[in-house]
Amino acid sequence: MASLDAVVKQVVSKYKNDKTRLMDIITDVQSELGCVSDEAVSQIAKLLDCSKVDVEGVITFYHFFTKTPRGKYTVYLNNSAVANMKGRAAIAKAFEDAVGCSFGRTTSDGIIGLYDTSCIGMNDQEPAAIINGIVFTNLTQDKVKEIVAGMKAGKDVKDLVKEYGDGANQSDLIRAMVKNNIMRKGPVLFAPYDQGSAIKAALSKKPEDVIEEVKIANLRGRGGAGFPTGMKWEFCRKAEGAKHYVICNADEGEPGTFKDRVILTELPHMLFEGMAIAGYAVGANEGIIYLRAEYLYLKKYLEKVLEDLRAKNILGKNIAGKGFDFDIRIQMGAGAYVCGEESALIESAEGKRGEPRNRPPFPVQKGYLGYPTTVNNVETLCCAVRIMLEGGEWFAKMGTAQSKGTKLLSVSGDCQNPGIYEVEFGTTVNTLLEMVGGRNAKAVQVGGPSGTCIGKKDFGRRICFDDLATGGSIIIIGPDRDLFEIVHNFMDFFVEESCGWCVPCRAGNVILKQKLEKIMSGKASTKDIQELEDWCKIVKATSRCGLGQTSPNPIYTTIQNFREMYEAKVKKDTDYVSTFDLLAAVEESCKAAGRIPKVEEH
Amino acid sequence: MSTINFTIDGKSCKAKPGQTIVEAAKDNGIYIPTLCHFEGLKPAGTCRICTVKVGGRNMAACTTPVTEGMVVENKTADLEDYRKAIIEMLFVEGNHMCPTCEKSGNCELQALGYRYLMMAPRFPFLFPKRTLDASLPKIVIERNRCVQCLRCVRGVTTADGKRIFGVVNRGGHVEITVDKDLTATMTDEMAQKAMDLCPVGAILKKEVGFAIPIGKRKFDSKPIGSEIEKA
Ligand code: SF4
Ligand code: SF4
Ligand code: FES
Repeated sequence: MASLDAVVKQVVSKYKNDKTRLMDIITDVQSELGCVSDEAVSQIAKLLDCSKVDVEGVITFYHFFTKTPRGKYTVYLNNSAVANMKGRAAIAKAFEDAVGCSFGRTTSDGIIGLYDTSCIGMNDQEPAAIINGIVFTNLTQDKVKEIVAGMKAGKDVKDLVKEYGDGANQSDLIRAMVKNNIMRKGPVLFAPYDQGSAIKAALSKKPEDVIEEVKIANLRGRGGAGFPTGMKWEFCRKAEGAKHYVICNADEGEPGTFKDRVILTELPHMLFEGMAIAGYAVGANEGIIYLRAEYLYLKKYLEKVLEDLRAKNILGKNIAGKGFDFDIRIQMGAGAYVCGEESALIESAEGKRGEPRNRPPFPVQKGYLGYPTTVNNVETLCCAVRIMLEGGEWFAKMGTAQSKGTKLLSVSGDCQNPGIYEVEFGTTVNTLLEMVGGRNAKAVQVGGPSGTCIGKKDFGRRICFDDLATGGSIIIIGPDRDLFEIVHNFMDFFVEESCGWCVPCRAGNVILKQKLEKIMSGKASTKDIQELEDWCKIVKATSRCGLGQTSPNPIYTTIQNFREMYEAKVKKDTDYVSTFDLLAAVEESCKAAGRIPKVEEH
Repeated sequence: MSTINFTIDGKSCKAKPGQTIVEAAKDNGIYIPTLCHFEGLKPAGTCRICTVKVGGRNMAACTTPVTEGMVVENKTADLEDYRKAIIEMLFVEGNHMCPTCEKSGNCELQALGYRYLMMAPRFPFLFPKRTLDASLPKIVIERNRCVQCLRCVRGVTTADGKRIFGVVNRGGHVEITVDKDLTATMTDEMAQKAMDLCPVGAILKKEVGFAIPIGKRKFDSKPIGSEIEKA
């Protein structure tokens, strides 16, 4: 193996000593050396002429970067709520038994590491894990035994994949066991079209008219917040800057969403064409797709698609002979939910910790490298393609007053047909439950943990920005589930994923989780429910970005919609319940002294 | 340049273009509590104590520029309770033993605790395990008291602009760290600056202690913010 110095030098020079490519530098150094040790940190800092804390800050921010070796094979087993529903515990135990170490550790010989990870976008085929970048789905105890045997025998991880999924998952460049599970195709995303026809249609108009068409369509961002896309493009176009950028946000990290995974697998050409349209509209010649680390398995394939599009002159110089240049590069993430927030994503793409920025200025004014930047969701950009082909009016005929077109939903949990569904906005939860075979649900989590948890009485509500907004995650919770377990899992997730910048989110979520645990343990009074609700409001009202503004939602919306569940857990006749357990506290000393404690006297 | 007209809690105020709500409020004799803010440093918006309400939305007054006709709510019951709650969160999130702290009386967190009449935090203490670094030549870093305001990160750099302080990890695990090689280049003045920037007792200059006697410290006789309010 080459020496550390040589490796670092080679990697840093590959990226032209550019500090804004620190994410890639760390990724490459880690893949060569297994980790980025203090020594490597020093070397990187020296070559980039920056402080070591700049490099260390980035490494320690992202889930998949590490300063210490995590094994020649590193297993990242998803620990999302749906993975738990689908039997994750038994799979984790199977791994531990077969490997011989517990989760959070690497075997003493340094061969296999077992680690937890947040939702990897495979909720429709859980339990699932990522091993050295390769995805393993629908894990069973037998599969685990086989995989571990393969690792112990020193096999290449990709040779441990025994079957391939459908569609492009079978292509030479992906070869993943991932399934698409496309259950319902709609007219916007899944209707066929001729590659290149949409960008041609756009280029035959003035950029302002492209924006106008998107405004007529009333297209709103598909990531969840729903900002009007036409307005965003217009702001970006009008903002002054020597250059403009288009960034595609392919960092879907909301537990339960996996719609972008399917688009990236089956419709990447549509997405890239959408980016070119956006580029033309805002006046950008460069685009970046920020791809979540969990989807690394798609990278080679996406690169090939980009190449094909260049060959077809749908990307590149003088597109369709109309004098417009546009190209796209892929920026890999490294595991951080908060990077789904557009300004955090930009920070990350610039090689920094993925901390959201203060606004103003907004990214459309000062975004990537300080240039006006439009950040759009994967699905949004695909919608723009269809709008160019069919027109804004056609698009606006579908949906509700505030939400036009269709929405791609990723459905998982307790239903017969998990997968993705393209439905018209305004579809009721009841209709959806009917469609997916989840009629006996007792609760539905709409919009993932940061969304809303509703009960039966609200199943008549509609999925759209005017009512129940969602970026696409729908988790169905069956009658036998303990909702507390799910809420707790979601809070764990937010505690883990807070960037830590601001006080209410950093400390508040930990405090909320502890209070929830107090209630779950039966050591709470009615007053605790009230306090918990009040504290949720404080965190929501004062946090800096969308993460902290919504992270109390699992607790907050279940207190609102399932209050009886909380009430059943608390002691009603008292104001105060001590969490101190005297019996447990004296157990050891009593045993040693051979005494039986008489607690009732105290 | 033209003056911007706006109101805080109904009082009409004037601001210079580009001023943030906190700065403009100060010029108009209105105190909006701050902790992570430090005049001259780029605002970070980490503590959220300056949260005000503008157009029905909560935002940090230290990072938000004033605009013409802006209507700012500052001293409402809700906002004052949020602020108090944040101060309480900071007390339970760290390990603060004021009587033993050299910064006592000069500490902005403590002063805010007094100003907001915090008796005991409403939240349970988290008792985190935090470390102290006394291995550096000029300063001691006592992380038990750090409030992650990033003032040191923003304000202390080497002559050629490299950051000496930085932050590692994320979520509840974030902590302040230093580039050890670069701290070796710190002068006494830089160490003093770092200590002065730190609102709490997390950065202390070595080899001087308790230089200002109790009673003569910044907040010993007047509450934090009173210098602005009497103006
Ligand atoms: S709300 Fe949470 S994620 Fe957002 S800036 Fe604050 S700490 Fe970071
Ligand atoms: S050490 Fe002091 S200045 Fe630095 S972040 Fe902590 S509290 Fe703020
Ligand atoms: S002073 Fe404004 S957020 Fe800290």
